[in-house]
Amino acid sequence: MADDVILKVRDLYRTYDIKGGMFKKASTLTAVKGVNLDVERGTTLAVVGESGCGKSTLARMLTMIDAQTSGLIEIDGLSIDISKTGISKEMRQKVQIVFQNPYGSLNPRQKIGHVLEEPLLLNTDMPSAERRDLALQMLEKVGLQPEHYGRYPHMFSGGQRQRIAIARAIMMKPKLLVLDEPVSALDLSVQAQILNLLADLQEEMGLTYVFISHDLSVVRYIADKVMVMYFGEVVEYGTRDEVFENPQHDYTKTLFAATPRADVASIRKRLAAKAA
Amino acid sequence: MSLLEIRNLKVEFDTAKGPFKALDGVDYTVDAGEVLAIVGESGSGKSVAMLATMGLLPNTATITADKMEFEGLDLRTLSAKERRRVIGKDISMIFQEPIASLNPCFTIGFQLSETLKTHMGMKGRQARDRVVEILTSVGIPNPAERLSAFPHQMSGGQCQRVMIAMAISCAPKLLIADEPTTALDVTIQKQILDLLVQLQQDSGMGLIMITHDMGVVAETADRVIVQYKGRKMEEADVLSLFENPKSPYTKALLSALPENATGKRLPTVSDFAEAGGF
Repeated sequence: MADDVILKVRDLYRTYDIKGGMFKKASTLTAVKGVNLDVERGTTLAVVGESGCGKSTLARMLTMIDAQTSGLIEIDGLSIDISKTGISKEMRQKVQIVFQNPYGSLNPRQKIGHVLEEPLLLNTDMPSAERRDLALQMLEKVGLQPEHYGRYPHMFSGGQRQRIAIARAIMMKPKLLVLDEPVSALDLSVQAQILNLLADLQEEMGLTYVFISHDLSVVRYIADKVMVMYFGEVVEYGTRDEVFENPQHDYTKTLFAATPRADVASIRKRLAAKAA
Repeated sequence: MSLLEIRNLKVEFDTAKGPFKALDGVDYTVDAGEVLAIVGESGSGKSVAMLATMGLLPNTATITADKMEFEGLDLRTLSAKERRRVIGKDISMIFQEPIASLNPCFTIGFQLSETLKTHMGMKGRQARDRVVEILTSVGIPNPAERLSAFPHQMSGGQCQRVMIAMAISCAPKLLIADEPTTALDVTIQKQILDLLVQLQQDSGMGLIMITHDMGVVAETADRVIVQYKGRKMEEADVLSLFENPKSPYTKALLSALPENATGKRLPTVSDFAEAGGF
């Protein structure tokens, strides 16, 4: 079973130095405190928490945007510590990221075809005709048309842009995909389409997801394992059913209690309480 | 008589490609003490309708309505000066981005007292005391000290509380909340929704919640209007909407909720669009 673990994180820390000023002492902020996790191949780990809890810092470390202060990250057997070794092309091919805001994450002056080809251009020696073929295939795979190849990002809706961002992320055939709130900026019906697309791609390409979200109904739908973070620490970690059925930590319970309920029984209860 | 009554509201925008119909003949009524939710996706015209009511649309917009009355006052024929007397006092609005809706250059105490000075004719000490009182009622800790705070010194949830405080400072009869919790965390969302409903029940004002989140609708609304592409799809009280949705679009929307998922795939609105014909 051990070789099935694609992402292994042990005792991960990240601290940021806060500069002092004339009246303020310099201090350090620990954004991620001692995180341990294992993700098995082809499964989804959901990371839940409120803003400022360190979930995006964790994503930045997993995707090699930021270096860890201490601790071990191992992706598909490859140990990662970019502050010591830098980033190799091999490492880049292992992991990719999809960001929350599809309006901000695409260059407005770059055609979609070039958006998709750029990872290949930077990381492989593939000839241009082959890159183009791959990009066209990928467009089809994420539910877009070949004629979208020459268009610019402003010509697409939010949901289509998120499809483009997903296509770009899987161009390198990564093993691990980090999704940082990929559906929170989208409408309900578009959200459903993107979640379906992610499920299809996972099945087809054997992808492993780290899915960062604050929406518990989405997490419950998509996750195999759930990790709840609070002020940089993991307060709850287990399979989806364990966490949802029997939350241990107070913060997880607060989170569940705060999630709006859209079932008929809860509405009835609320209306009855109001009438009283 | 209804608090707000709008009949056959149409809004068109002039664009380079000719007129674009954002709203196509929708009726709205709100009674005092009622919570109306307007639900829809982006582009459904839910915000445009309320911006038209407030007179906040740019002049590329053409607004027509058979009737547009607030407490018997015809909003269509108001002059700008008369409108300013109503807007911000009897009808007020809260926007989605709390941090962007406050002026970063002024303290929150100044911004809050500005409303009171303009509409209620309060001055100095009196306005200041009232501001402290309102900030207390929206749950800001140490309100007297927070008066001199600037918006960037407060969190998103606190800024939204300040926005709510500003909106209710003149005891409005109608409060319009345009996606008030979309930019906030779930735990903060819960606090803000509870606060809004509490204030609404205490004061008996009408409340219009504009949202795309069915969870928010279920938690707050009495009556719901579902909109799609500028048209009204369904209007029902909240329980019958969730229990027995009539329109195919509402059914599609409800089944796209991840918590209602039964199989491996989520049904999408486009799956229903062909069958339902909307």
